[in-house]
Amino acid sequence: MDKETDPQLHVPEPAIRPGDTPDFSHVEIPRAGEVRRPDPGENPQEMRDLAFSIIRVLNRKGEAVGPWADSLSDEALQEGLRHMMTLRAYDARMLKAQRQGKTSFYMQHLGEEAIACAFQKALRKGDMNFPTYRQAGLLIASGYPMSDMMNQVYSNEADPVRGRQLPVFYSSKEHGFFSISGNLATQYVQAVGWAMAAAIKGERKLSVGWIGDGSTAESDFHGALVFASTYKPPVILNIVNNQWAISTFQGIARGGAGTFAARGHGFGLPALRVDGNDYLAVHAAAAWAVERARRDLGPTLIEYVTYRAGGHSTSDDPAAYRPKEEGAAWPLGDPILRLKTHLIQKGLWSEERHTQAEAEVMDGVIAAQKEAEAIGTLHSGNRPSPREMFEDVYAEMPPHLVRQRHEVGY
Amino acid sequence: MATEILMPALSPTMEEGTLAKWLVKEGDTVSSGDILAEIETDKATMEFEAVDEGIVGKILIEEGTEGVKVNTPIAVMVEEGESADDIEVSSAPKEEAKPDNPEEKPAAEAPKSKPADTSPDWPEGTEMKKQTVREALRDAMAEEMRRDEDVYLMGEEVAEYQGAYKISQGLLDEFGPKRVIDTPITEHGFAGVAVGAAFGGLKPIVEFMTFNFAMQAMDQIINSAAKTLYMSGGQMGAPMVFRGPNGAAARVAAQHSQDYAAWFMQIPGLKVAMPYSASDYKGLMKTAIRDANPVIFLENEILYGRTFEVPDIDDYTVPFGKARIWREGDDVTIVSFGIGMQYALEAADKLAEDGINAEVLDLRTLRPMDTDAIIRSVKKTNRCVTVEEGWPQGSVGSYISSVIMQEAFDYLDAPVINCTGKDVPMPYAANLEKLALVTTDEVIEAVHKVTYR
Repeated sequence: MDKETDPQLHVPEPAIRPGDTPDFSHVEIPRAGEVRRPDPGENPQEMRDLAFSIIRVLNRKGEAVGPWADSLSDEALQEGLRHMMTLRAYDARMLKAQRQGKTSFYMQHLGEEAIACAFQKALRKGDMNFPTYRQAGLLIASGYPMSDMMNQVYSNEADPVRGRQLPVFYSSKEHGFFSISGNLATQYVQAVGWAMAAAIKGERKLSVGWIGDGSTAESDFHGALVFASTYKPPVILNIVNNQWAISTFQGIARGGAGTFAARGHGFGLPALRVDGNDYLAVHAAAAWAVERARRDLGPTLIEYVTYRAGGHSTSDDPAAYRPKEEGAAWPLGDPILRLKTHLIQKGLWSEERHTQAEAEVMDGVIAAQKEAEAIGTLHSGNRPSPREMFEDVYAEMPPHLVRQRHEVGY
Repeated sequence: MATEILMPALSPTMEEGTLAKWLVKEGDTVSSGDILAEIETDKATMEFEAVDEGIVGKILIEEGTEGVKVNTPIAVMVEEGESADDIEVSSAPKEEAKPDNPEEKPAAEAPKSKPADTSPDWPEGTEMKKQTVREALRDAMAEEMRRDEDVYLMGEEVAEYQGAYKISQGLLDEFGPKRVIDTPITEHGFAGVAVGAAFGGLKPIVEFMTFNFAMQAMDQIINSAAKTLYMSGGQMGAPMVFRGPNGAAARVAAQHSQDYAAWFMQIPGLKVAMPYSASDYKGLMKTAIRDANPVIFLENEILYGRTFEVPDIDDYTVPFGKARIWREGDDVTIVSFGIGMQYALEAADKLAEDGINAEVLDLRTLRPMDTDAIIRSVKKTNRCVTVEEGWPQGSVGSYISSVIMQEAFDYLDAPVINCTGKDVPMPYAANLEKLALVTTDEVIEAVHKVTYR
């Protein structure tokens, strides 16, 4: 044995902190089109390499290249761009609304728009997402009314969840969007259970669990992988690695593991690592995992490499823990800009049309906002009825709640 | 010197078993560690080894004999030159090998208390059959699984092993591995999976090997199962049952003995059942499985083997929120639930000998709780004692006391007394364990206090 030494506590540190020059040279980015696309039926043991690279489709010139390209029609690409632009415009308005006191709290998606918007387009009606905080793109891409999203954020009388949930904790069974859990990660193992139910009932539908890099540390994440690995239900387990869990960089949750995707290997799950800022790559990976689920080949784990360009929430100032310029230096770029460049390169889009589309999208968002604000906001207008406070505690209201409701005058 | 070989116990709660097979015959010489016989209970099979060397002098219990009480002599070992015929053998179980206080050993039958005539659970003249709590629970689940194919059972050891306490006997055979599912050892994990499955349209029954292990799953039970119907604006609820043994059994110490009745009872969105008799186990379990809400079903390991009369009725259900009056009386109301009923009924029997007539109420469900029945009874008796095994602070009894104070204060002739377990984690040692639990004597003493006699 070599010389014995005192043990040292190893605390991972991000490469850079405020005051440093942003540097992502440690993030290995393969060229677009470089990563192979195995058949979805291939043995997971034979595709371990995919957890250590990054599947990318759009190159620097905006061309779609490689075996993961061509999963979307021209119309679908244009629709995808519009969804991402809509989400960004929505975020901008809701951030302002929060600063104006119309709601108490908001969480934006800046830089991560491609992931949920593209993923949703690989699903069909009847499938179920178990989302976390930054997946409102699922709702936008599935046609959920924006005014209802705003009604939820404003917690007004028309709030679909009746004033019971924090802003951005949307829920729509109809649109395959489960409720959001503030105690992180509970939804991940529930997604596996939901898929097990589909398998037990023999129903052709799948579920999707969503989790952030930080909350992969929760036991729910590990429980989900155990059950996914054991019972192989039709579930897709998504990890959105946006580099930051509030002020904690992803290395704290990841520790010495190579990648988050590689966590799947210990469970025998196929694991992909995808450029989260590349709409086409996200959609292609999603479609590949969806095919596995639909062919009853079992679960897939996907890590989306992205960057949270904004704060964690409206309560957070990221300048305290990372350089302000870091977002601009992020090597995978802006998902909207990248898809726009691709569409222009394909001759389907132009700067003029883009500017026009931005104005149209913003008009739509403002119209929805007017509609929602006409009903009410957090502190004004029509707010949820206290009558409803006592409903849905149980499937049928028990007598003591009827009594309490009467006592408060409803 | 000749020695008797006694029927062994596989666990502190085993009362009897089957002597399945002798592996030795009279006249055989055995060494320490040789296997003498195979013993079976409804929970497990065990090979029974010789402790000392000797000769099998006489076999007292034939192989294949069922219902052999623990500590009954089953064979006689002799030394060379001795004859087994010289030895007097009693066929009764040996008292000295029992736990140090015979009172703590659960009686094979329920204490004799006549159900009040007011009991509405089954019509007069109904045929009754004898059933253990274990069988009643199994029947309830099997009946509901036949009735509704969305009902399934999952947990550790529920399938192949038929449950750590043999509650799921025969279910795997009847319903197959897709509806009776052995899970990996993660309470948090399988509770979460089951909650997700409930959102996905199934009606899961989740077995916890003990509710002590459910602490790991509390986040899924409370934050998700209980609250999601509310949080999703009524869109998605969790119709499911979390069940398993709760409270003390015997010799299983601090991490296997806690009574969680008061914890779960506090949560809006949950329903909580904690039955005592086999008929209530059956009827309430069927109701629980059909309920559209998450139900916590708190069972008791000591009661599993206890036999009660169960009505022989197709599709027998018991409604939630309806207390059962086991015994009518005018002098004091004793309110209890689950195994606490054992102390309440024993105390009532002994008090009757002193001329004190206690009314004994079995709450059966704690949420919803039949507080109307409590208030009605207290208005009649003017005195109340509550009985539970759980800890005193924030107990079920303390909630009952507050309800009585608010709704029947003027009817009280004495303060309500809560008989509870002692405020300590459960110790292992048999004498300490007994002391830590509520006792019949404490209930009797409390009744004397509130009746001033």
